[in-house]
Amino acid sequence: MIEIKMPRLSDTMEEGAVAAWHKKPGERVEVGDVLVEIETDKATMDYEAYEAGTLSEILVAEGDTVAIGTPIAMLDNGKDSPAPAPAPAPAPVEATPAPEPAASVSPAPSPAPSPAPAVAASSSRTVSRAVPENRGADGQFASPLVRRLAREHGLDLSGIRGSGPGGRIIRADLDSLVGAPAGPATPAPRHVARPVVATGPIVDARRASQEVPVTKARRVIARRLSESAQTIPHFYVTSVADAEVLTQMRADLNEQAVDKDLAKVSVNDLIVRAVALALREHPEVNASYLGDDSKVMQLHNRVNVGVAVASQHGLVVPVIVDADLKSVYEIGAETKSLAAQANGKGLSIEQMSGGTFTVSNLGMYGVEEFTAIINPPEGAILAVGATTREAVIVGDQIVPRHRMRMTLSADHRIIDGALAAQFLRTLTAFIEHPWRIVAAEA
Amino acid sequence: MTIKTYRQALHDTLREEMLRDENVFLMGEEIGVFEGSYKITAGLLTEFGDKRVRDTPIAEEGFTGAAIGAAMLGLRPVVEIMTINFSLLALDQIVNHAAKIYGMFGGQAKVPLVIRTPGGGGQQLGATHSQNIELYYAFVPGMKVVAPSTPADAKALLLAAIRDDDPVLFLENLALYNTKGDVPDDDTPAEIGKAKITREGHDLTLIGYSRMAYVARNIAESLAESEGLDIEVIDLMSLRPLDRATLVESVKKTHAAVVLEDDWLTYGIGAEIAATISDGAFDYLDAPVRRVAMAEVPMPYSKNLESAAMPTNDDVVNAIFQTLEAVGRRLKKVGQSHD
Repeated sequence: MIEIKMPRLSDTMEEGAVAAWHKKPGERVEVGDVLVEIETDKATMDYEAYEAGTLSEILVAEGDTVAIGTPIAMLDNGKDSPAPAPAPAPAPVEATPAPEPAASVSPAPSPAPSPAPAVAASSSRTVSRAVPENRGADGQFASPLVRRLAREHGLDLSGIRGSGPGGRIIRADLDSLVGAPAGPATPAPRHVARPVVATGPIVDARRASQEVPVTKARRVIARRLSESAQTIPHFYVTSVADAEVLTQMRADLNEQAVDKDLAKVSVNDLIVRAVALALREHPEVNASYLGDDSKVMQLHNRVNVGVAVASQHGLVVPVIVDADLKSVYEIGAETKSLAAQANGKGLSIEQMSGGTFTVSNLGMYGVEEFTAIINPPEGAILAVGATTREAVIVGDQIVPRHRMRMTLSADHRIIDGALAAQFLRTLTAFIEHPWRIVAAEA
Repeated sequence: MTIKTYRQALHDTLREEMLRDENVFLMGEEIGVFEGSYKITAGLLTEFGDKRVRDTPIAEEGFTGAAIGAAMLGLRPVVEIMTINFSLLALDQIVNHAAKIYGMFGGQAKVPLVIRTPGGGGQQLGATHSQNIELYYAFVPGMKVVAPSTPADAKALLLAAIRDDDPVLFLENLALYNTKGDVPDDDTPAEIGKAKITREGHDLTLIGYSRMAYVARNIAESLAESEGLDIEVIDLMSLRPLDRATLVESVKKTHAAVVLEDDWLTYGIGAEIAATISDGAFDYLDAPVRRVAMAEVPMPYSKNLESAAMPTNDDVVNAIFQTLEAVGRRLKKVGQSHD
């Protein structure tokens, strides 16, 4: 009997939630099978079985959160497995090296029907074990290439029947799903019963609704945003900043940048830095509510500003750690490289962890103003609109000025209206006197 | 370009390098008066005299050690060890001296030594004279081990080996000496540590060196014709340093690999290649890396048994077909002879 424990899936993880069990008690588990989906603070990850056996008991139900190391299930790896294996595959024995093939056996692959000799798979983390080549048909084996493609395309492999040796899912099995231009065939979804939105009788197949798999990333976004919107009492404070000097200064900096071959500064880089400086003045905004059961709330002394990025894979929020200690150029370079990585191989959990405040900027799309949903456990998020020229009354004159609208969404449980307003006033002052953003002490 | 045998390419390159650099000299058993067991050094004693073409006693440890000393003092000895089997008698000199002197003594002396030696079985020379033990040297930091499979590569790699300041084990092969090919007339050395893609393809990566690189090319060509397969072939050329990048990049493209080696499977060079691929291209593999190697026995003398012990073309074709079937290709002719 083996205790399956809540794994540590990232360095900062302290507890994890069981998002979904993929196996039921009594079900057979093979090495590499996805046992359970574990949700950390930033992502949901598959947790695979390191040992074969039968899942005998589930100790932590779906939705429950427990600390790392807490047993979440019991796996029976007893030698008296219910269905005797057809081949004389050695039963997995803990801490016993796999039997070596006899030295006299010709190791060159032979056309004989017997599978290649099982090879001991061992790593420093797991005990050595013999891995039989042939698996049951319900074993979810997929080649590494297939696993990667599934990750990249958000495919659910559970509905796919592998045609490779031992039922392994191979690249050819994905032909109809990956890269097929007009293929409506999506893998059979795991949950059969699901609501279908009817858009009326289908006259033209091209105008029928399509079913697109919900990627893991999308599922995480959905879950977290619902949770935030449903549980956090948001309130909103909007302020308009005069961005005339900021616009001028940025143009100036970038003119210099072209001459000196330096990177250009974006409005967002300046805002991130301004936010970081304003948070330093108002640490109560740089705070986290820890739940109704907690007797304390957290005020963060580090200022880690998340930047919402619309990546190819959906919304992600990479974190600029210690943004108050970084120059505008450093923030710009880091944001650029994180965004590139988000579009490429994707960001690591570490790169999306530890944020204390988020900036979401839709100004580049011409959005005038909007409200954002707080990214828990942060206390607030700033939604930044476009910088536009407006007619403004200065003295008795109507003059054209650059203006920018910013809306703070705050968690009202820990941030009062006056505090939010003071924070915005400080931030507005930075925007209106932008040299302070650049000149402020790191 | 001139068409030459592998043997002739080696001979001509040795001669050219002796003409180019008076520090280059040859040592070995029967290389002078007898002109070499495999006639690589034919005519060189007459042309260069016995100061630069030295017949030695049957004492591998002694003459290899003498060559190491000469190399440390600035000469560029090219030692012929009659077959790689006899290099075992010089193992201590090669492993503990040639490979380590530069590092152990803080770079005070270099050892620009070349050891030319043929491997390869299949000549009914029995268990002790039919081994492929280049792995022993490829295992040792401080050594370089190169293994050409064509006359052109024999020339380019021998030029590189002689001009290299580190000890180089230059692996020849009995079965390749009479193979012919175009050899460039200029003296551009190869880059030691670079593998060569000798045939581009998309279906599978077939990897070999020395004789097995030759086998790989032939089989890939024949399968292209008979089955329409598009196999990429990599000739390792150098076992140490090993060009891991080329292997990984190729498998990222083809998603499957078969490694051919004339030595034994267990702990063999194929294992290192397979580990390299699993390390660098894991997420691109659609099937396990397969290896084809010799049977794990001392090489039998009997011709039938010797042939059975060596990896045959059928073994290679089977491994290729099994791998392709594992990635979903449906092929008919498994096991058909391609000899």
